[in-house]
Amino acid sequence: MTDISNDTPARGGSLLVTDARTKRRNRAETRFKAYGIAALAVGMAFLVALLWAILSNGLTAFSQTYVQLDVPLLEEKLDKDGDRDPDKIAKVSTFGYKPLIEAALTDLVAREGIETELDGKALTKILSDSAAAKIRDRVLADPSLIGQTVSFDLLASSRVDGYLKGRVSRESLARDKNLDAAHLDLVDTLREAGAVEKRFNLAFITGADASDSRPEQAGIGVAMLGSFFMMLVVLILSLPIGVAASIYLEEFAPQNRLTDLIEVNISNLAAVPSIVFGILGLAVFIQFMHLPQSAPLVGGLVLTLMTLPTIIISTRAALKSVPPSIRDAALGVGASRMQAVTHHVLPLAMPGILTGTILGLAQALGETAPLLLIGMVGYIATNYPDGVAEGFLAPNSAMPAQIYEWAKRADPAFYERAWGGIIVLLAFLLAMNLIAVLLRRRFERRW
Amino acid sequence: MSFVKMTVSSAALLAATAGFAAAQGRDNVQVAGSSTVLPYASIVAEAFGENFDFPTPVVESGGSSAGLARFCEGVGENTIDIANASRPIREGEIETCAANGVSEIIEVRVGYDGIVFASDIDGESFAFTPADWYEALAAEIPQDGALVENPNTSWAEVNADLPDQEILAFIPGTKHGTREVFEEKVLLAGCEESGAYEQILEINGGDEDAAEAACIETRTDGVSVDIDGDYTETLARIEANPQGLGVFGLSFYENNTDSLQVATMNGVEPTVETIASGDYPVSRPLYFYVKKAHLGVIPGLQEFVEFFVADEIAGPDGPLSDYGLVSDPELAATQETVANGTTMGAM
Repeated sequence: MTDISNDTPARGGSLLVTDARTKRRNRAETRFKAYGIAALAVGMAFLVALLWAILSNGLTAFSQTYVQLDVPLLEEKLDKDGDRDPDKIAKVSTFGYKPLIEAALTDLVAREGIETELDGKALTKILSDSAAAKIRDRVLADPSLIGQTVSFDLLASSRVDGYLKGRVSRESLARDKNLDAAHLDLVDTLREAGAVEKRFNLAFITGADASDSRPEQAGIGVAMLGSFFMMLVVLILSLPIGVAASIYLEEFAPQNRLTDLIEVNISNLAAVPSIVFGILGLAVFIQFMHLPQSAPLVGGLVLTLMTLPTIIISTRAALKSVPPSIRDAALGVGASRMQAVTHHVLPLAMPGILTGTILGLAQALGETAPLLLIGMVGYIATNYPDGVAEGFLAPNSAMPAQIYEWAKRADPAFYERAWGGIIVLLAFLLAMNLIAVLLRRRFERRW
Repeated sequence: MSFVKMTVSSAALLAATAGFAAAQGRDNVQVAGSSTVLPYASIVAEAFGENFDFPTPVVESGGSSAGLARFCEGVGENTIDIANASRPIREGEIETCAANGVSEIIEVRVGYDGIVFASDIDGESFAFTPADWYEALAAEIPQDGALVENPNTSWAEVNADLPDQEILAFIPGTKHGTREVFEEKVLLAGCEESGAYEQILEINGGDEDAAEAACIETRTDGVSVDIDGDYTETLARIEANPQGLGVFGLSFYENNTDSLQVATMNGVEPTVETIASGDYPVSRPLYFYVKKAHLGVIPGLQEFVEFFVADEIAGPDGPLSDYGLVSDPELAATQETVANGTTMGAM
């Protein structure tokens, strides 16, 4: 017992000195671990590169350049008769406000003592086309402003904004007919004087999409509402249908060839590419049922089809994880099978079901392919839905479709907004996944 | 537990939604069609929404043919009011329209769109004639009395004045309306200009249709690449292959002058002015079509159509021109057509 070496004569050599075979095995193990670490490192590197690309390209979309301008609201231009009749004031279109803006800019340039060869009309190119509409809206809302000089914060044009953000350089403007170096000199001087500044851009998150000539005005807000109504449809339809189907399959259905077939098909459906559901939606909902094109209701229906298998599979897994002893106990004290399910099994499986549902919704939220086919792209989402019914039925975009749409547009300023949109979308997905994780951690019971 | 309640409430909500669907009356103008016209139409729609009490018109893309097909589905609130098109409506489409009750159509020409040839900003500059493009891209060119496979590999072989650079062209795919214009105004024109058309006629014994088809057939050896996506994709291809030349719309080029340089055609640089004057040869008219039956029924439609062709929008100093649309010199006639509601047959 005391002398161990005597008991192991077959093993040549000392325990303290590793032999060749052991060394080889140890080396193989070290290599194996190194492969794993290398794989992980490659994955992390991709993730970091992706996040860096998204953040470096997209964060600039959250700030926007504004020009502070004192605009004299001349009575002779806006209200010739001087009787402040709202109907007459409304007759002056945004084109009638252009001379006022030109005058205000010329005045600002003169006041700051800037020498420039640009005339009034050329000066307006530093401002967004939306400027006139903004002033007009303010005047219509409060006609008493006419005759006064009012200070406005107006959006700068996308190229001026690009210059402040470093996207547009003096060289790149050489052949650009929208802006030239003289404008940039002016912007530099105005910036030092404090009339031009970059600010946080809430309108990007809450605003509506804009036409191709005004990237500076475009926001993802309306598309966000479109996504919201779509997710509502998905939740309302797929949660009850999915849960009912899984409870029946799991708790009541007999085990036979038919239910086996259904089970296999559900698993297969979960693996069907989403574009297939898009074509199905186009054929069934739009061409056969004549539901409105581009409507979030149709988008929601298509995404419901896509999400259902995911929800059924996760719900069944949650139901399966409730131990049979709980059902047996309930049945043993005289509960019916329905009572056993609704009073005991379902509440215990709820956290798992909700987690699966949220993950399914998150997947649906980021889905673009089926939306392409039902017309939710190629469309400019400029109108906020007018009430709940409109929200479901009026044409709208969705967040991923909006991002796709921006990436296609001619003006490079939209490209920045596409990356910004990705950040917003990722924030939503992250929040939903976080909720799912919390639900699971907090409420899930293990036996 | 809550499962039963949930089912009941969701069923109720669905029923409510369906009820709303049936009771919907339309108060906005609906537009669909050409993706080339889409940016212009959306600029007008936006300005219209700002200036009038009507809601902003809904503008969708989908292509000229798809838009006209939806336009011709019939008359009524659930059909679109306006179809945008980058080509004139075809006879067959007018017949389909008439068969579905859309007999009165107002044709409105909004302006012209230039098609430009551009290359990477840091590369060589080009001065083309249509004949250069034909000889560079045709599948087969006539040589010594027979059609032979196109042997040209560099622009200098096509025309000694062009840089000695490998031929690589990104042209719009066949589903684009731009392709038709490219074939007709560049390839076919070049084919005739270079005398190849005559030679092909001699070879095939005077079959004009076959000769035209031979003129516009592009080579398939990877030198001519069809782009089925939009101009953004063409731009990305040029950034990846600085040797390549791409076909773009004028407005796209004007928004991307920092990465593209434009080639001249017959010595003329494409600008809004040269296209309007007709000096630059490759351009096409853009249209939209309005259902007369919807005028006065859909609120704001008449106003929108008139606003679209008003001088301050579609004129030479308007926002459409700023974005790259070439203003129509005969805009006044168009305004009259719109004001009187003159339909196509009555012209």
